[in-house]
This record gives sequence, C-alpha cells and structure tokens, in this order.
Amino acid sequence: MLLKKLTDLNGVSGNEDEVREFIKREVEGYADKIRVDSIGNLIAFKKGKASGLKVMLSAHMDEVGFMVTGYGENGTLKFHNVGGIDTRILPGKQVLVGGRRLPGVIGCKPVHMQNAEERKNNIKEKSLYIDIGTDKKEEAEKLAPLGEYVAFNSEYTEMGTDCIKAKALDDRVGCAILIEALKGRYGFDLYACFTVQEEVGLRGSEVAAYAVKPDMALIIEGTTCSDVPDVEKQEYSTLLGGGAALTIMDRTSYVDQRLVNHIYDLARDNNIKVQFKQTTSGGNDAGKIQRSGSGVRAASISVPCRYIHSPVSMMSMSDYESCKALTLLALNNLNK
Amino acid sequence: MDFGSVLKDLCSQTGVSGSEKELSVFISHLFEIFCDSVEIDPFFNVIGIKRGFGSSKKRILVMAHADEIGFLVKSIDDRGFIRFTNIGGMDSKILLAQEVVIHGRERLPGIIGAKPPHLLKPEETKKAVKLDELAIDTGMDAVQVKKLISIGDLITLKTVPLELQGGKFSSKALDNRSGVAVLLRTMENICSVKHENDVYFIANTQEEVGSRGAIIASYNALPDAAVVIDACHGDMPDAPKDEIFTLGKGPAVAIGPNLHRKMTNRLIETAKEGNIPYQTDVEPGDTGTDAWFTQVSRSGIPTVLISVPVRYMHTPVETVSLSDIKNAGRLVAEFVSLSTEELEGILCC
Repeated sequence: MLLKKLTDLNGVSGNEDEVREFIKREVEGYADKIRVDSIGNLIAFKKGKASGLKVMLSAHMDEVGFMVTGYGENGTLKFHNVGGIDTRILPGKQVLVGGRRLPGVIGCKPVHMQNAEERKNNIKEKSLYIDIGTDKKEEAEKLAPLGEYVAFNSEYTEMGTDCIKAKALDDRVGCAILIEALKGRYGFDLYACFTVQEEVGLRGSEVAAYAVKPDMALIIEGTTCSDVPDVEKQEYSTLLGGGAALTIMDRTSYVDQRLVNHIYDLARDNNIKVQFKQTTSGGNDAGKIQRSGSGVRAASISVPCRYIHSPVSMMSMSDYESCKALTLLALNNLNK
Repeated sequence: MDFGSVLKDLCSQTGVSGSEKELSVFISHLFEIFCDSVEIDPFFNVIGIKRGFGSSKKRILVMAHADEIGFLVKSIDDRGFIRFTNIGGMDSKILLAQEVVIHGRERLPGIIGAKPPHLLKPEETKKAVKLDELAIDTGMDAVQVKKLISIGDLITLKTVPLELQGGKFSSKALDNRSGVAVLLRTMENICSVKHENDVYFIANTQEEVGSRGAIIASYNALPDAAVVIDACHGDMPDAPKDEIFTLGKGPAVAIGPNLHRKMTNRLIETAKEGNIPYQTDVEPGDTGTDAWFTQVSRSGIPTVLISVPVRYMHTPVETVSLSDIKNAGRLVAEFVSLSTEELEGILCC
C-alpha cells in the first residue's frame, strides 16, 4: 500500500532523497514534466485542459527526526532533534541511524537506579543518547559520522476500527494524496509540489511557491489531533474520525475565507465528512505559500493525526479517505 | 541450536508474571530438546531434568525466572481509552508514545498516548508523568473496546527485537529471558559431558512480583545446591560506575551473605580454570533475586548467583551482549559438571 511504502521511508528534514526518489518513480507516468529544484523540492507539472489558472498542490516530504552531534567515550551517540519533538517521549525508543539504517536505542538509566529526584522529573534532552551497540568512540564515529541523520523506527500497523499507526504520517499522507491527484487531469495547470524542510521552518515551500507563482494553492497536511484524555474539550484541535480538517487560522497562515468556505460547502454538498480545526496551534507550508510573490489564495486540507511528531502517530483511514476525496473534489471545482 | 534466534523467539513470547502458561509451554518444548524429562508444575514453573550417571549423585538446581513485567487493564472510559496499572517495577517516563499489546479476547495493538506538548503546563514539561495519568489508545470506540477487552486483561510492551553492533541485542523481556537462554546454553554444553550429578533446570514464574515461582520450585525440587541466573545492570553512561557491569566482559558472579561462600569461591575458580571472563558483583544484603528465597528454602540450600549484564532494565529496549550469555552458559556447565565428591566437599560449611 502506498501509505505504508511512504511511511517506511526515512526523510528527516534536509535528507529527503529517499522519499523524493520514491515519489518521482510513482508520478513519472502521470506528470507532463518533473523537476527537482536546488533545495530539493520535487515539482510535478500537469498541463490543464484549458490554460490560464495555475494551481499549486503542496505536501511536504520531510519528517521530524535527529542528527548525530557527538559521541560519548563509550561509543554512544549524542544527538539533536530536527524539527519539533517532545523530548519526554524519547527514552526507551528505537531509531534507525543513517542510510544504512543501523538500529539503535535511546537508552536511559533504569528506574531501579534513579534517586527520588530523578524519578519525579523528566530526563533532560542533553543527557539522552543513542546506543548502537558499539563500545568504542572511534567505531561509533565511523559508523555514524557527525551529522548523520536518525529517524524513528516504527512499523506501519493497522489497528482499531480503521486506524493506522506509523511514523511520519505528517506529511506522507499529503504526499500520498498528491500522488493520487496527479492521476487526474484538470481544467487548469497543476503544479504538484512535494516540498522539503517544512519541519524546520517551511523552507522548501517558500522556494517552490516563488518559482511556480500559482494563482491558488491547496496544502495537504497531517495535522494535530488532541482529542485525548486529560485535554479539555475546547482544546481539541481536531477529532479523530471527524473527517478532513480545514484550517481557518494557525500560527503561520490565515487562509482565504472564500476558498475555505467553498471547500467546506463542497464537502457538505457531497457528503464528505469535514471539520474545522478548532485551535490555532501549529502551522504549515500554507504560511509561506500564501505570502509568496504578490500573494496566493491558499487553503489547507488535513488528515487529523494523534501523537503527531512521534514514532506512533495515529490516523483514521476514513479521515484519510475524506481528505483525499475532498482534495480531488476541490481540484475539480476550482474554476467555479 | 541457533542461539541468537532462540533468544529472539524467547523475547517475543508473552509471559507477564502470573500469566506464564503459554510461555512455559513454549519453554518446555525447548527444554525437551536436551532434557531427559520435562514437566510444568501448577505454578507454571518448567522443570527439565538431565540425569547424571553417578551412584550417590547430588541434585543441582539451575534456575532462571522467565516472567516479564507488564500491565493490567484498570478501567475503560466512555471514549474507549484504557487506564492501566503495572505488574512489576516500571518507569512511567518511558511509557509515553510506547506501543503495547492488549491481551483481550484477541491480541490488540495499542498506543500509550501523550498529551500534545503545546498543551502542557510549564511544570508538566519538567515533572515526570505518573502511571495513572497515562491512557492507552486502541483506535476503537468504547463499545468495541468493551466487547474485546475486559478489566484485568493483560498488557505487554511491544518491541521489535533488534540486532545491534558488536554482538549486542535489544528487546523487551531480556530480564530474564537471557537467563532462560543461559539455561538452554548450559543444557547444550553438558550434553557432551559425562556429569555425575542430576541437574534440574527450572524456568520459574512470578519473580517480578516477589519470587513466588522460585519459592515453590526450590521447595519441590529438593536440591542439594542451587545456581540462580538473573540479570544485573549493564554499563550505561548515566549510571553510577560501581553499580554497573560492562557488557561483553562476562557474567557477574555475586559475593555476599545471600550466597554460599565456598560454592561461590569454587565458581570463581571454575571461571579462572576455564578462562571464562567474569565480573564480581558485591551484594552486601538482599540480592533482589530468587537467590534470596532459595537460600532459605526447606532446611537451607547452598546457593550461588550468576547475572547477565542488561542495560536499560525494565524498558522496551533492554540490551545485552550475546557473549555474556554464552559465557554464563559455559561457566554454569563447567560448574554443574564437577564431581559429586568435590561438590560434597564444597557444600559443607
């Protein structure tokens, strides 16, 4: 399955090659022209039946992860996160180091050896390390040179009624939907942009949008879903199973209201489950695309993902299907 | 026996303290490869006997606990989230974003969720999360969850076992499936030796909740001497240097009041004679292992303790060096192959 293949790939921000190569092969048969720009964005162009309008469809290829920053005397790896990761979740997790995918574990002192203070407090980011099994610093330096990228190790798993657990659902869900969208032909020129470096500051989309100069843009994302225990209902950003999520405003963008309302109405008229994202937390490529050049009408359509930016992100297949259906429907109705 | 894959299989089994039946059956089949007879007692201790050829032979017990830590379902809320409690000591800090398996009517995957970081209050980012603040997400609503899962159902940590560099191996439950692997390795080693004494190999249960299996097993086996195999803390950069044992430098032999002095000395001598690497584990009191109970079983059983260094104990990423398990298997094999006469000399005080 496409989503399994996509989430199994490692593509921490700045190291998206694996993902890009895969997507390139997937879309080759559908796009009229494919190019990779200097920062690493993959831009697939599809000529429209009637020219005039230029539409950018955007999803980012990169995922959060880590880089090797140093070594302990005993061969452990020091690391720093790439993109936003809650440090609390790291102890006891598995990772894959580098292109050779060397397995490693994020170790921590066992509970038996912790004093009362240590038991009560979270482990500081600086004291975390990765154990790849070697005891020698020199060997560690050879196996995992400084700057080596590290990704979470997590298997794509189907669970519950219709849920998927995987790493990097943010934003391989968007990549998968873009690949599907490229199979259609539309009344306008379509630029499907698979962008890089979203997680470190929306870098790729900034460049892509400038080059494409679209009239309109749809950003397809994996977004936060905080409908979990001990969170107040008013803090729920989206609901799992609540359908495709439309953003009105977040930390980076304030979307085009006519566009988002149009998409919302389309969903309602066609019985596609849809919800508005209820909080303004988070942000995505829409923030940069919207402000590109002389301004772009933009909207985000997202798949709610619980435990986002962790090795165990979880989404509902029905939300994914809603997001896909709504994206395709919106594309087919953009001229109106 | 392909040792690495056996250890992997052992770790992949489920055997939370008090629910070891399936695991015990699995282990009994492995014991059958080497032992003259194998049985499972009502506590699900697995007892495999290798008979010695001596006429006035002694009986040596070699024992490792097979159970692992886990959880029990405590409650299911109206949205289907599961609250849980622990069986055995657990650090709740490592549980955020951890995968588990819920052993309900069927085996169901679950995720221990974490509140999104942007919704945490400043003090919450510093303070470790408590077990009762955690919940498991199954991706099902309450109606479905309640159909498949009941209060009291078992939950285990889910890990994919990993082969690391330098002959190291990482998985859940290495405390103490490593010990069970030592039993198997010992059996395999003494198959080619004519040993005088009977050796009773026991994979016992319920150690993590108070050595309950060991108490029963030690009593029933009527041994003249006991060798207990367990896990000790491996070397970790953030742990005190005098409380850890280096992975790959051999099993740790314990010294202290819990252990029989002469037998321990002979064990160390055996290691030296055979050039088997070992480390010394000074235990001034309770060793926190089955040995504590075995020593005072019936009218007293001379007991020694050998431990395999395990890093990150009681986490899903416990890590061992395969060479330590192999060396422990060699050491125990040499030791249980001592003549009855020599053993008699050692066992008196």
